[in-house]
Amino acid sequence: MTISRKDIEKVAVLARIRVDEEQISALEKDLGNILDLVDQLGAADTDAVEPMAHPLDAVQRLRADEVTETNQRDAFQAIAPATENGLYLVPRVIE
Amino acid sequence: MHNKSVAELSRELESGQVSSVELTQQFLDRIKQEDGKYNSFITVTADQALAAAKAADKQRAAGNASPWTGVPFAHKDIFCTDGVLTTCGSKMLAHFVPPYDATVTANFRKAGAVCLGKTNMDEFAMGSSNESSYFGAVTNPWGLSKGDKRVPGGSSGGSAAAVAARLVPAATATDTGGSIRQPAALCGVTGLKPTYGRVSRYGMIAFASSLDQGGTIARSAEDNALMLNVMAGFDPKDSTSIDREVPDYTATLNEPLKGLKIGLPKEYFSDQLSPAMEQQVRDAVNEYEKLGATVKEVSLPNAKLAIAAYYVIAPAEASANLSRFDGVRYGYRCEDPKDLMDLYTRTRAEGFGAEVKRRILVGTYALSAGYFDAYYLKAQKVRRLIQQDFINAFKEVDVLMSPTTPSPAFIQGEKTSDPVTMYLEDVFTIAINLAGIPAMSVPAGFVDGLPVGLQMIGDYFSEARLLNAAHQFQQVTDWHQREPQ
Repeated sequence: MTISRKDIEKVAVLARIRVDEEQISALEKDLGNILDLVDQLGAADTDAVEPMAHPLDAVQRLRADEVTETNQRDAFQAIAPATENGLYLVPRVIE
Repeated sequence: MHNKSVAELSRELESGQVSSVELTQQFLDRIKQEDGKYNSFITVTADQALAAAKAADKQRAAGNASPWTGVPFAHKDIFCTDGVLTTCGSKMLAHFVPPYDATVTANFRKAGAVCLGKTNMDEFAMGSSNESSYFGAVTNPWGLSKGDKRVPGGSSGGSAAAVAARLVPAATATDTGGSIRQPAALCGVTGLKPTYGRVSRYGMIAFASSLDQGGTIARSAEDNALMLNVMAGFDPKDSTSIDREVPDYTATLNEPLKGLKIGLPKEYFSDQLSPAMEQQVRDAVNEYEKLGATVKEVSLPNAKLAIAAYYVIAPAEASANLSRFDGVRYGYRCEDPKDLMDLYTRTRAEGFGAEVKRRILVGTYALSAGYFDAYYLKAQKVRRLIQQDFINAFKEVDVLMSPTTPSPAFIQGEKTSDPVTMYLEDVFTIAINLAGIPAMSVPAGFVDGLPVGLQMIGDYFSEARLLNAAHQFQQVTDWHQREPQ
């Protein structure tokens, strides 16, 4: 399985990771090698097999709909890169 | 003092031979003197440790101590510690001081244990050599006397190296594809990855959530049992935690092994394994026969697909988990972002290292439109085939034994140029995570002066049985007591 330069550019946008021009050929090789490794899966006959999401086939527990957490906004925002008046600051998105 | 086990230190604290403040100071001094050679710690918390030691001594004097009260140990830097830097080995979290404790951290705090600091690790637990840490590689204490700088394994390389170098008697660790067992094997210490869901993942920074499991590294099986006693148990804050009674793991250590049925998976004694390594593992199995165990060959026909399935499932889950690092709420943010997209893409390009980015990209690709069925769903199906092999094997035997790794600790830099070569390091450990069963690595000899690990694999929730088998082996061998020169 080869992965093209175009695929890498597309995946980089989806993953929100900037990939510079000079990194692309190294990524083509490394990701291509990883996908070659993964292609061994094609050899397995899995027609009648259920996919496995949890080793013990456990399902999500439900809890009572009660407030259990206290508001800790100040503690959480103390470690944020930029805040103002209790809000997280990001670059302007609406002109 | 630094050669003593958790069990021995606990007894000496109980009898008053030593105080926790004295013990803590001695280990802190030792870390200061020795860790320059290994780089096994990212953060040493001397002030907090001495304060905790003082409190522990008071608790002992008041007569309400646990076995851990006043005993020093360290946390892998993946467990959130309230008020103490928690980096996960990444530039992304190089200044992250969590406002809360992981459940594992809180449990050790409650038990009165004294945390000396946070150990080095591969970035976001992705690696098998501890070379991907933003805080520098860790050097294995074994081989240094010959002038060789070898890897300690990964991702819990700092925990394994610190325990091997006698900087701490025990350290927490995590295992997603072998990250406890492989470093334990390469550093000549004992490590346990419990059943998936046995130890809470709350506050343990996520890599691949359906595979990640917290566990233990110490020198003896007995000390691993003491650690698991503190760590195991149901936690409502972890949605995949299992609500099941926790036994006292020390209570059954001395059970005789007569009649124990051992299976040797033939796929794990393949030509990937060097004859010298194989000899050490077979000698260890012979010791078990002398203790009354019986041995037969078994087969795990789908084990060969484990690495392929893992390198779809783990990157896919990682790409989702690591999407939270966006430069907005906590962690690294790039300088002067032009717009929101620039903020995201540059923060993540600058904050993550090369291996983490590779895995996020592979995972994003595997989950992207048109590829989901061919990759993720297919891997989840193969995962069930791998699990079924183990279920079948455990109908015939109690414990599976194999080498933990195909070869002993390698030289730093030897496998960094090709990610796939590094991935093959986990060829014997990775299927266990896919199945979610528990496994240990126990010191079982040396090849060219470097430690060899025996992997012991058990059925779901058989941690007590594994610890019992390892403890009995350690009563008749002294591999786990050997100290690097």
